[in-house]
Amino acid sequence: MTARRPALRIAANLLFALGLPAVAVVLWGVWSARSDNRFLAGPLAVLDAFRRTWIGPAFVDDVLPSLLRLALGIAGSIVLGVAAGIAIGSLRRLRETLGPLLEFFRAIPPPVLIPVAMLLLGITGTMKVVVIMSGAIWPILLNTIDGVRATDSVMLETADSYRIPRWERLRFVVLPAAAPRIMTGVRQALSVALILMVISEMFASSSGLGYRIAYFQRNYLIAEMWSGILLLGLIGILLAVLFGLVERRVLRWYQGMKEITRA
Amino acid sequence: MRKVLLGATGLLGFLVVWHLIPATGLVDPQYLPYPTDVAARLLQEFRDLAFWRRLRLTMTAWALGLALATLAAVVLGTAVGLVPFLRRATHTTVEFLRPVPSVALIPLAVLMFGLQLRAALVIVVYAAFWQVFVQVIYGVADVDTVARDTARSFGLTRRERLRYLVLPTALPYLMTGVRLAAAVALILAVTAEMVIGNPGLGRSIELSRSAGDAVGLYGLVVVTGLLGLLVNLVFRLVERRSLAWHQSVRSEELP
Repeated sequence: MTARRPALRIAANLLFALGLPAVAVVLWGVWSARSDNRFLAGPLAVLDAFRRTWIGPAFVDDVLPSLLRLALGIAGSIVLGVAAGIAIGSLRRLRETLGPLLEFFRAIPPPVLIPVAMLLLGITGTMKVVVIMSGAIWPILLNTIDGVRATDSVMLETADSYRIPRWERLRFVVLPAAAPRIMTGVRQALSVALILMVISEMFASSSGLGYRIAYFQRNYLIAEMWSGILLLGLIGILLAVLFGLVERRVLRWYQGMKEITRA
Repeated sequence: MRKVLLGATGLLGFLVVWHLIPATGLVDPQYLPYPTDVAARLLQEFRDLAFWRRLRLTMTAWALGLALATLAAVVLGTAVGLVPFLRRATHTTVEFLRPVPSVALIPLAVLMFGLQLRAALVIVVYAAFWQVFVQVIYGVADVDTVARDTARSFGLTRRERLRYLVLPTALPYLMTGVRLAAAVALILAVTAEMVIGNPGLGRSIELSRSAGDAVGLYGLVVVTGLLGLLVNLVFRLVERRSLAWHQSVRSEELP
């Protein structure tokens, strides 16, 4: 009996986790088979198109460069955003001077910057990385500023009175205090970065994931287009999972602390 | 006062730097026009009725999309948040659909609806929906257990529980979700116009780019920034107003 119960529970969890997606896929299949909407491709056709389209040379030619630009853009905006955020957050005068300006730049819808970047940098790979950075940096920058400002002042004063050097104070007091906010910013930045990767390629490119999907659509390659949407979805989910892992690692101490206060 | 002065200095400094970059020949004015030219163009646009018509089209897509997304998210989010069975059953599906970037749906929307408002609405609603939906689920599930048990022992009906228990608990979450969704909806309303080509500010941006009209392009970028600023300000205000009774807002007013 005791051996069966965990097995039952696992089965129930599995059923809950996979039940609705399974039902959805079946409904999708039935619907696409019966409907005469020619823009609807069935799950089997999409899966087949996925295998034909993305597994093979297209992965190296279109998907990898896109992912590389995405990674560069995200890494760049984290480095720049956190560095600038720490500087702006710890210098009150600088913060007040730049405040309204930053509010304005954050409010610009990031895809609007693509034409500007095309004008200034031409249609290049650098342009796309710059576009991704110019959109993804704001949530990181502003959250870092808030995080740095929220550093416990008693801790800062303690560090001061022990004459802890500036660098160590940054490393052991300010950065950990700002880390939860920084991670919040990074999570917001990830979805912005993905959007900008796709849009910049739909706009100005002859390769890349966004370009491919737009190409399939223009040529009425319906199943291929759906497979591209599926691939983008998978990338989005992969990013979310990766972020979850990194966040758990970086904020381990913080989660533990929260659990203690809650108990 | 000090803050306002410093902020104005920052803005002025930015404009000066912007002016100096083409003036010193660092970047050709053809690609980065002088701020004075951009400002002049903006004033000219503001007197043009066509500009206001395009602005209205963009804001219509934004408002309709935000309203539809909020409505759907509140109804579905309340149902899913209140019924544990639904929460468990939808969890993986939600986690799977939420990270899908809304722009991935652009080709599909174009095929289904053509270069129209409806195609743009699909994108706006999809992106804005998740922001509100997730917050509503959290909010509805956050009802204090003691309060819930008390309500039950006093025999409050389901309707009363929704009105006096669930709504006040979920409202701060809902307002946060709507504020985030408003910003996201604006981004995607403009993006959809740029990529799909349904008329509005986004399409004008794309048109001035392909026509090589840098002054007009920068002017429109400034306009979208101001719109974003306005949306943020209004929704922050609405959030504070509607939550004036709530702890998180009240405590801010103490000295």
